[in-house]
Amino acid sequence: MKNYLNCETTIWSWLSTKDHKRIGVMFLVSVTLFLLVGGVFALILRLEHLTPGPTLVSPNMYNQLFTLHGVVMVWLFLIPAIPAGFGNFFLPIMLGAKDVAFPRLNLASLYIFWIGAILTIYGVLDRAADTGWTFYPPYSSQTYTKATPVLLGVFVLGWSTIITGVNFITTIHTLRAKGMRFMDMPLFAWALYGVSIIQILGTPVLGIILLMVVMDHSFDWGLFDPARGGDPLIYQHIFWFYSHPAVYIMILPPMGVVSEIVTSMAHKNPLSYKAIAYSTFGIAFVGFLTWGHHMFTSGMSELNAGIFGILSMGVAVFSAIKVFTWTGTLYRGSVWIRTPLVYIFAFLFLFIFGGMTGVAVAATSLDVHWHDTYFVVAHFHFIMVGASLTAFLAALHYWWPKITGKMYFEGWGVAGAILVFLGFVGTFFPQFLLGNAGMPRRYYHYSEQFQALNVLSTAGSWVLALGLLLVLVTLIWSLVAGEKAPANPWNSRSYEWMTPSPPPKENFPETPRFVRGPYDYHLPLEPP
Amino acid sequence: MNLAVPKLQHHFEDLPKQAHAARLGMWLFLASEALFFSGLFTLYAAYRAHYPEIFREGVAHNDLVLGTVNTFILLTGSLFLSLALWALRAARRALSVLLTAATGLAGLVYLIIKATEWAHHMAEGIFPGGRGRFFVENPEPAWAIFYTSYYGLTGFHAIHVTVGVGILAWTAWWMHRERVGPAAAYKLAIVGLYWHFVDIVWLFLWPLFYLLRNPA
Amino acid sequence: MNDFLRRLLFLPEQASSVAREIDTLHYFVIGITMVGATGVFIAALWWSIRYRARSFEASSTTPQVQAGLAVEGGLLAFLVVLFIVFWVVGFSQYLRMRIPPRDAMVVYVTGKQWMWKFAYPEGKQTINTLVVPANRNVQLVMTSRDVIHSFYVPAFRVKQDVLPGRYYTTWFRATRPGTYRIYCAEYCGLSHSAMWGDVVALEADDYERWLEGEPLENFVQLPPGPPMARVATGLGPDLPAYPRGIAEASQPRSMADWGREVAALKGCLACHTLDGQPHIGPTWRNLWYRETPLADGRVIIADEAYLTRSMMDPMLELVQGYAPVMPTYQGLLEPAEVGAILELIRSISEPLPTPARAPEPLVRPPLPPGSLDRVDPARALEFIRETSERVTP
Repeated sequence: MKNYLNCETTIWSWLSTKDHKRIGVMFLVSVTLFLLVGGVFALILRLEHLTPGPTLVSPNMYNQLFTLHGVVMVWLFLIPAIPAGFGNFFLPIMLGAKDVAFPRLNLASLYIFWIGAILTIYGVLDRAADTGWTFYPPYSSQTYTKATPVLLGVFVLGWSTIITGVNFITTIHTLRAKGMRFMDMPLFAWALYGVSIIQILGTPVLGIILLMVVMDHSFDWGLFDPARGGDPLIYQHIFWFYSHPAVYIMILPPMGVVSEIVTSMAHKNPLSYKAIAYSTFGIAFVGFLTWGHHMFTSGMSELNAGIFGILSMGVAVFSAIKVFTWTGTLYRGSVWIRTPLVYIFAFLFLFIFGGMTGVAVAATSLDVHWHDTYFVVAHFHFIMVGASLTAFLAALHYWWPKITGKMYFEGWGVAGAILVFLGFVGTFFPQFLLGNAGMPRRYYHYSEQFQALNVLSTAGSWVLALGLLLVLVTLIWSLVAGEKAPANPWNSRSYEWMTPSPPPKENFPETPRFVRGPYDYHLPLEPP
Repeated sequence: MNLAVPKLQHHFEDLPKQAHAARLGMWLFLASEALFFSGLFTLYAAYRAHYPEIFREGVAHNDLVLGTVNTFILLTGSLFLSLALWALRAARRALSVLLTAATGLAGLVYLIIKATEWAHHMAEGIFPGGRGRFFVENPEPAWAIFYTSYYGLTGFHAIHVTVGVGILAWTAWWMHRERVGPAAAYKLAIVGLYWHFVDIVWLFLWPLFYLLRNPA
Repeated sequence: MNDFLRRLLFLPEQASSVAREIDTLHYFVIGITMVGATGVFIAALWWSIRYRARSFEASSTTPQVQAGLAVEGGLLAFLVVLFIVFWVVGFSQYLRMRIPPRDAMVVYVTGKQWMWKFAYPEGKQTINTLVVPANRNVQLVMTSRDVIHSFYVPAFRVKQDVLPGRYYTTWFRATRPGTYRIYCAEYCGLSHSAMWGDVVALEADDYERWLEGEPLENFVQLPPGPPMARVATGLGPDLPAYPRGIAEASQPRSMADWGREVAALKGCLACHTLDGQPHIGPTWRNLWYRETPLADGRVIIADEAYLTRSMMDPMLELVQGYAPVMPTYQGLLEPAEVGAILELIRSISEPLPTPARAPEPLVRPPLPPGSLDRVDPARALEFIRETSERVTP
């Protein structure tokens, strides 16, 4: 049976492909590689924290490690993982299309990703940057480390992101199947639309401000040097104008995944399709207005602090709407508790927990104590790992049969999910308490009284690493020994399950005509 | 007359859909470019708010004549490109090719004039980063920021103009070689969108660096 | 109750006037949000089990349940109101934390890599130890000399970033005497995690006596200083901890002794050892007139001129094998202090065989002899500007 994997098998057919499915697979492999790289950095960081003083690495190396852990995880994993991986693979199929709007640009986005990655890794290997992933001047202008390759690498990666965004929005507008209105699309498409808006509008601002850091660092332009009239605070404003929406780039696609998995596994319509669709745009829009909450202690005016604080409270409401909708979708469903749903339980728990600590830091007086401490580190890891990574793993298991044509072993899948969840909580929950106790972040050395919680956190990181390893082994093993996957292993009504596993090159054997909505579980399969 | 029609890609149902997608894609890309420049404009705005007098003096120090000539040249170029699009839609390919090439030429003239201005500044001892003897004679820190942002903004814009000139040259040659007809007009249209955008950015740079020179 | 919750959440002691009310908001926000989060999650789990699938037919259907507008709207409104309450309380507390009372006494604070310096209007200056009277409002006027730092006292729940080129102000009132840790909370380079100090809050009369000149050790035993020496390389034996709380240099016996005090006071000993141990910067032992290879390949003699230039513009002639992290001391050392440090270095170097100088310099000096006879000030200025790019004032 010819499918997109075996229709052509030369390496050149992969490297020159215009097939969005192959491009998606190559992105998935790439981001997984960088997840492992960033994860190794994190493990070393946690090992260093076993003792208050020097343990494993020098302070210089520690500073470089946390910088690169952040850079790799944010730009080489979290931002591209679900959109460029699963989005590329499934958006056209979910819309009943044969490809994305610009297939050659799509392939270009993969190569641009690799060029950016190589630049960044080159920076890692040769006097890697030690500025933190936030690159604050004046330190980033003055540091002797090689910030420039890393900065340029991130700049190039931004172009890959922008191309993906342009491609997705154009695809959604021009390639929907006949008769499919916007309100008929699967919710994952809405999530991709929302994230594409942020990618197009936010990423260029990051690009330009990092370019300015390159000019300051390598050509001594002094744009942020007070001795030459510059203002380091301006950098922070422009940097966070992108980097706050960036966190919504990292959470909206996972939210789209959750919408798909909850409805499929509960075999039920979403409690409110419109709530999920519109709240996506609420997040995309209001998310651009909250950046100042990263700067409450930086010397902004009190008026600014007040405005940003209340807007930050506002954006949390949209996420809460989604959480209620997903939870309510389970009510009176017909729920299959399988690995993807187990990951979604982990997502719900960790996202709500982490999100509520986000509401807490938006209370300005509380943030004064928490800013730049491990509380914030724990908060964003709860979202980025506890929610985003968990959703990525959920998506991996949910769509594995469709992408590879193989079923993984369900028992091992659940075991992996549980290990990942326990390891995650063990690693990051103690960090909330460390932040409360006053341990600042980016600290090579810490005061003795913080040691017990640090050791706990490090032990958790080993369990988390073990869990991820188990996931990797389970999935790879399924390629060798897994059962052949049926077209629709989950009895889902969403459109990607209406085609064989793996799909043929043109996505559908014949031009699809969707007679049911993707969530019409209350109707029989075929109209009478 | 041989009027080639662009190839219909397999995933589009018809050519108008394909053209529509190309135009939408270009608009979205231009949105990202607008945000790209907005970061630099924000820097300018913030620093101008910090140092209003020196920024005004700096603007007064720039050559108003050259700046205005450049504005005229870019606008004329954009006019040529609009006419080129009209010509292609009217199936007058040779005229279209000529006008497209003329637009590229206008861009080139713009770059030459801009280079001349930079040379004047450097001869005065004004270099990015507050280097050069001008800043020894004028030691207030705001001068360094003014001229660094001048070089940054005009330089970044010049990069876009250069890319535009290259694209225009390639487009003119392609239209000629492929013997394109009106059905390919959308491809010229999206090149036009890019060029007009670069033009609009200049229409912001012109007042910020040449016109805003008088006390409020 | 307050103390129980404070300990449960691992919060530090509440040693300032605002700490208790901030913690109260903390309990309130965390408590409500955690209860809400748990409730939602339990609902999800419960419904998943209660409504688990009994049949696995592809054709089975489920009822279509749509949330009514009333439910959605009600939940939304409740959340919005709740979050606004959080914000109102938090913001009003924040305003009170930011605006110093009129009667506050002022202390001037400078953050620099990697230490905190405090200057009192009465003339006292300390390093890394902020001595204040308890139960009095203290306003800090702060700036940075180089990169961004952040002044953070967990026990007071107070934090303020300091940026170069600007002044910031924050305030606190310590509610009881004690010693409270200061951390730098904005990443600032190599020894960011060693850039800490202590607030020492004294009883009012003890504070007056300290102001008048009594040593701090009479009132409180200071904890050991930031372990900068140990942090830096992790190698070598325990080097003496960075001295702290020095108010002024005591009467030296000799210039070399004075040099030792200055070197400690100004932070040189954080990176340079006196006993030959390898460290962040070259050791000063036997440095006097030593042949020293530079990073750019030249080999120079470490004479008075070179050592002075290294203090003023360290990046210009970096020694090979060392990281370029030394901050400049331009404007921070009196000429006599520079001399004292030179004397210190000479005193811990082996006596040189005569003649003391090398017969001729191993490297051509940068300016040809006699070129200073007719110096054009403008060109000199330009030369200085171009060569002092990374020196911060």
